[in-house]
Amino acid sequence: MSIIAATLRRELLIAFRSPGEIINPLMFFVIAVSLFPLGVGANQEFLSEIAAGVIWVTALLAVMLSMDSLFRADYEDGSLEQLLLSPQPLYFVILAKVASHWLVSGLPLVILAPIFASMLSLPAEGILPLMAALLIGTPILTMLGAVGMALTVGLSKSGLLLAVLILPLYIPVLVFGTGVVDSALNSLATSGLLALLGAMLILALCLTPLAIIAALRISVSL
Amino acid sequence: MWQWLFKLSSPKWFYTISGQLMPWLIAITSILLVIGLVWGLAFTPPDYQMGENYRIAYIHVPAASIAMGCYYMMAGMAAAFLIWRIKMADMVAKACAPVGMTFTALALFTGSVWGIPTWGTWWIWDARLTSTLIMLFLFIGVMALRSAYDSEAAGAKACAVLSLVGVVNVPIIKYSVEWWNTLHQGASSLSLSNTSANPPEIWLPAFFVGFGLFGFYLIAIILRTRNEILIRERRTEWVDELLSTNFGNNISTNEGLG
Repeated sequence: MSIIAATLRRELLIAFRSPGEIINPLMFFVIAVSLFPLGVGANQEFLSEIAAGVIWVTALLAVMLSMDSLFRADYEDGSLEQLLLSPQPLYFVILAKVASHWLVSGLPLVILAPIFASMLSLPAEGILPLMAALLIGTPILTMLGAVGMALTVGLSKSGLLLAVLILPLYIPVLVFGTGVVDSALNSLATSGLLALLGAMLILALCLTPLAIIAALRISVSL
Repeated sequence: MWQWLFKLSSPKWFYTISGQLMPWLIAITSILLVIGLVWGLAFTPPDYQMGENYRIAYIHVPAASIAMGCYYMMAGMAAAFLIWRIKMADMVAKACAPVGMTFTALALFTGSVWGIPTWGTWWIWDARLTSTLIMLFLFIGVMALRSAYDSEAAGAKACAVLSLVGVVNVPIIKYSVEWWNTLHQGASSLSLSNTSANPPEIWLPAFFVGFGLFGFYLIAIILRTRNEILIRERRTEWVDELLSTNFGNNISTNEGLG
């Protein structure tokens, strides 16, 4: 347990010492969401129809773009190798690393979402379900993204490659996440879809750290 | 049986055995394909609703199922490679990606051609179409990852991890997309599990084309794997001997090949 606390502390400390890393994905989210009304027109009815989808797709891209800071610095200064060599249980170290990354890149998106949802005139009854779905869904996105990042961290140009690898795997989260808001707007029950997202979160929590560890070992041995 | 599989995991044995099997495989595949295609495309009676254009299903249905099977084969080979460190498994997995991508693209293309007269549109965001499109992306991702690595060994392991992550995701993607939207019909009447719906002259050609295309798929995989063996083992003695006995004259007279 102490290793989880120690890793969380270290990662959060590093993140808050370079606030740009936290703010840039958020700024991307803010700007990209604001582009949609400019692109598709400011018709309120149309905007309210696409609001949930726009917020989900931009959140998904923001999470993906923020992945670079997860392993890159550790890889370059060699602390990733030390981490893999350490006698501590790697599973929990990786879990804590990913969790701290989600705390600084995913959680702010969840908190900001209602503001942008109302700017895109999403009806009020859709806002809480949207937040709930993002709260369960963005950790899955972070964990899948971490697998892709771990696979590509050793490569010099990995930005677009990461997108090609990871975006197809994000589709189920996107489908269920927007499904939650759609059901809420049509006054249907949302608990089933939220439960499915939760099941995917548990599956990701169990399995992705294993894939991340395997991928990091490959990247470090390059 | 195990011993035979064990032997196959040696590149030299794989090369020899597949070389002996190849003429038979090619002969059987061509017979099956010629019978099935000529029968299915020219002689089966037209459908009472879809007319002549249902015939493309003779290629569409097997191509789609082979594409999906190819993904599972790639993942199985990836697991074998990661668990037992069998080099051959990775060579087969590497061959699977482009072949599977081509079959997926073929399934999408034939589906579009069939969709224009039947559904009135060549593309629609329906569950099966979308999940097949995503499978195409997954194949492309695996190929992109492999080509991004300079080191053959590291690229092989990375692709194996990605294939396994993908295979856990494939059923989830499939069901998520299915709940999201569905227009595509269930298993078609050409499938072998539903033979009672149609007379044999409708489903028998599908049987021939299906096995013929499967043979073609095996040939493509084996040829690619054999090439890969020659490239990776080019510094071993047996490849050197093989090349000098088979192509000795060519290499000595044609410097471009050397």
